[in-house]
Amino acid sequence: MVQKTKSRRIDPRILRHELVPEHRVLSLEEAASLMRRLNVKPWQLPRISINDPVVQLLEAKPGDIIEIKRKSPTAGTSIAYRIVVPY
Amino acid sequence: MPRRDFNEEAYVIDSIKFGVLPPHEIMKMAKVTVVRPEIYEADGTPITGGLRDPHFGAIEPGERCPVCGNTREDCPGHFGKIDLARPVIVPHYSETIYQLLQVTCRACGRLLLPQDKISGYLRLLSRLKKKWPQLASNFSVQVRKEASQVTECPHCGARQFKVRFVKPFTFYEDRPEGEVRLTPSDVRERLEKILDDDLRLVGVDPEAARPEWMVITALPVPPLSVRPSITLETGFRAEDDLTHALTEIVRQNERLKNFLVSNAPETMIEDSWLTLQHVVAAYIDNELPNMYQLTHRRKRPLKTLAQRLKGKEGRLRGNLSGKRVNYSARTVISPDPLISINEVGVPVDIAKKLTVAMRVTPYNIEEARRFILNGPEKWPGAVFVTKSRTGKKIDLRYYTNYRQLAESLEVGDIVERHLVDGDIVLFNRQPSLHRMSIMGHIVKVVPYKTFRLNLLVCPPYNADFDGDEMNLHVPRLYEAMSEARELLLVEKHILTPRYGGPIIGGRQDYISGAYLLTVKTSLYTKEEATLILSRGGFKGELPEPAILKPRELWTGKQLASLFLPQDLNFRGKSKINAGPLKCDSEDCFHDSYIVVRNGKLLEGVLDKNAIGAEQPGNLLHIVALEYGVEKARELLDSLFRSFIRALELRGLTITVSDIDITDEAKQEIARLVETYKKRIQEMIRDYWEGRLEPIPGRTVEESLELKIIQELQRLREEAGRVAVNSMDAFNDVFIMARTGARGGEINITQMAAMLGQQTVRGRRIVRGYRKKTLPHFRDNELSPEARGFVKGNFRDGLRPVEVFFHAAGGREGLVDTAVKTSQSGYMQRRLINALQDLVVAYDGTVRDNWGNIVQFKYGEDGVDPMYTYHGKPVNIDRIIERVKGAR
Ligand SMILES: [Mg+2]
Ligand SMILES: [Zn+2]
Ligand SMILES: [Zn+2]
Ligand SMILES: [Zn+2]
Repeated sequence: MVQKTKSRRIDPRILRHELVPEHRVLSLEEAASLMRRLNVKPWQLPRISINDPVVQLLEAKPGDIIEIKRKSPTAGTSIAYRIVVPY
Repeated sequence: MPRRDFNEEAYVIDSIKFGVLPPHEIMKMAKVTVVRPEIYEADGTPITGGLRDPHFGAIEPGERCPVCGNTREDCPGHFGKIDLARPVIVPHYSETIYQLLQVTCRACGRLLLPQDKISGYLRLLSRLKKKWPQLASNFSVQVRKEASQVTECPHCGARQFKVRFVKPFTFYEDRPEGEVRLTPSDVRERLEKILDDDLRLVGVDPEAARPEWMVITALPVPPLSVRPSITLETGFRAEDDLTHALTEIVRQNERLKNFLVSNAPETMIEDSWLTLQHVVAAYIDNELPNMYQLTHRRKRPLKTLAQRLKGKEGRLRGNLSGKRVNYSARTVISPDPLISINEVGVPVDIAKKLTVAMRVTPYNIEEARRFILNGPEKWPGAVFVTKSRTGKKIDLRYYTNYRQLAESLEVGDIVERHLVDGDIVLFNRQPSLHRMSIMGHIVKVVPYKTFRLNLLVCPPYNADFDGDEMNLHVPRLYEAMSEARELLLVEKHILTPRYGGPIIGGRQDYISGAYLLTVKTSLYTKEEATLILSRGGFKGELPEPAILKPRELWTGKQLASLFLPQDLNFRGKSKINAGPLKCDSEDCFHDSYIVVRNGKLLEGVLDKNAIGAEQPGNLLHIVALEYGVEKARELLDSLFRSFIRALELRGLTITVSDIDITDEAKQEIARLVETYKKRIQEMIRDYWEGRLEPIPGRTVEESLELKIIQELQRLREEAGRVAVNSMDAFNDVFIMARTGARGGEINITQMAAMLGQQTVRGRRIVRGYRKKTLPHFRDNELSPEARGFVKGNFRDGLRPVEVFFHAAGGREGLVDTAVKTSQSGYMQRRLINALQDLVVAYDGTVRDNWGNIVQFKYGEDGVDPMYTYHGKPVNIDRIIERVKGAR
């Protein structure tokens, strides 16, 4: 049922663009410990679409958790987590 | 039905599930079937089988309910029903019905997907529901999308036709022989055939909402307590709007029944059925589109079920989100610069009406007795006494033996005493746009009829005294009182979380006063110094005078310094640090660079930049952050009061002569007008002759307009400059403008030199007659004066045509403030509703009610903006300043 997105070719250079923050797929262990640390179930995290260009480049699957490191003028770097959803 | 005693703990609500009311429930609930549209017999008794049948429950005093046997106090009221002669669609469900008709077979009622696919999807769905609830609903959308594309039933092979839906409740099917209307019975038949599992797959829970229940065969009739009738003084009975709507339903229903039994022609039956459908729909919602409204004798539309809930006065917004409350007061506000910013002046009349429940203890019993002895009329008295022994509440308005009552007072009794000095109350001014719109104030009881407010708290409330009214609420529980003291007190809101800075501070006269006190030229004799300092509550010794001979004189800066913290260091530019008084260093001869060393104001004047409200980084902000808000409050209650005294000593007013200009300046302005006019005339001539060079990206017309506006703008600026240069830069008008107390360059220009171009929607004025603004001008005239340029000024007066243009421009301002407030108010409402439940959890994350994470750290950095320097968590300059100051 979940429609496979047509593998549009995405230019991998977007990862180096200064407005695209650093994305990384968490390993299973990391994800589990994150869930424990935040005391949440996976669906309580903010979501990111499988159709997101960076997610496609990372070849992440629904259910994967992505760590995003953003530059912040006040906090230096701020880290956010998002769960990949198939819609 | 006997009443049951509930064990509170045994019945904790865990969840609430909404569903469609099933027909068997309607039948079970109903204690009476309504078959007669009349309500009363000729003798005034309710008709059996009418809308006031006694089985709806007891409502008259002494009446016993034939259903539950209770009197009206205990009878909960009972539902009835109307058996509809033909089924009818509930309009608010028709969107769901439409979706279901599209995805199911018109012959066999199955979901239009092959069986193996359905089974597979069902397995997937049950897994999703467990692991990923959010996804399950999205999945159903996909299933519906897929099934609605199918044109031939995979189960029975029947061909499917397109269904068309016309709001609010009509369905058509596009058959090969032509379009056919589906009656509610047809619709219901098709919905009945859908299997439970197929429903689950498309996102409908068959337990809670079988789709055929959305086409009703019996209409529940609510008990009389939901639609009470009222007896007017004239003896006439007036029924509730719901009853009127129901009467209409019963009437139509009976008519249809008659047609059915008498074998009336099909068209008449169809017609009557449709009418019944309309009336039932209107009973549910009388504001549906494409429908006639039910009205009161062709006039006022009836308020039916949906209208009770909807809108500002509806049940939700009017009664649940907001209610009227006791222990509150409202009156006009007036200023009092002599009370603390933490206080509010409460008129005695109000203090005698509002009460605080005081629990009598061994420590306050004597005090409580004094209140009782004063009675309810004399302040400070008491209104009620509740005896702990008997639990009886004594109303002192009717119990006049105060002496006896006071003597018999015991520990544990509760005395409801008048509001007295020192009580805490909540004070509010609408619109309540931010949290500072409701703050805690300490009561000070005052004579006369208005609430008194320190002027320094006007900015957070956005209050002025042109007739503004404010509300006051008395917290009644000790928890609420201490919460108000700790969290809501005005001084705790000097700093605002909206931007890191003080929202409380001086405006207008405070700023002029601060300037006049601290300006270099201000020297005060001992008497004057004493007056100024005593107003601020200063108790110490006078310092060494700055000038000893011929008289002892103190500078205003010396006096102001007496109120500052001893070790305060501060540097910054004054507001007057602009134009010819611009200076960037401490070595300033213009007194426009503020230097405070060890609590002494050495250089610079205090003005808007130092003590103004809503000026992040000012003196008050630094004091509040580094010395605490209590210290800031002390400063506001002492130094700021002295500013006002200094202002009173000197006097500040404006007169026409303040804006007089010299004859030379007048002539100069006239010359300027001539040259600019000539230049503009040339541009207009160029335009008519097609020689005007357009601005890139603009038409010639637009270019001309832009150029003219630009020229006229420059003209006004130059005229203003000429006028200002010929005026005394130290008169009161200029003092107010330069210090930021009130008015600015434009206001002075408009008073002394010229009003300039008036605009509507950012353009020169073009409206009025067909080809001109007023009859005074030629058709299509483009000259400045024909299009709203005003060369007159307020001092000399405007010509009639100029008054007209000024009024046109002024009107626009009024209109768009009105429009802007309503629009931004609505936006604000929606934002608040969306954000109000978000919470910063103890782990620093921001979460909603379900524990979903919204931010991983509040604001990305976990910083509370209230304690920042205008958003910056650390202020390096300030740290350096403090280190340097410590030398
Ligand atoms: Mg007002
Ligand atoms: Zn009853
Ligand atoms: Zn079929
Ligand atoms: Zn200077």
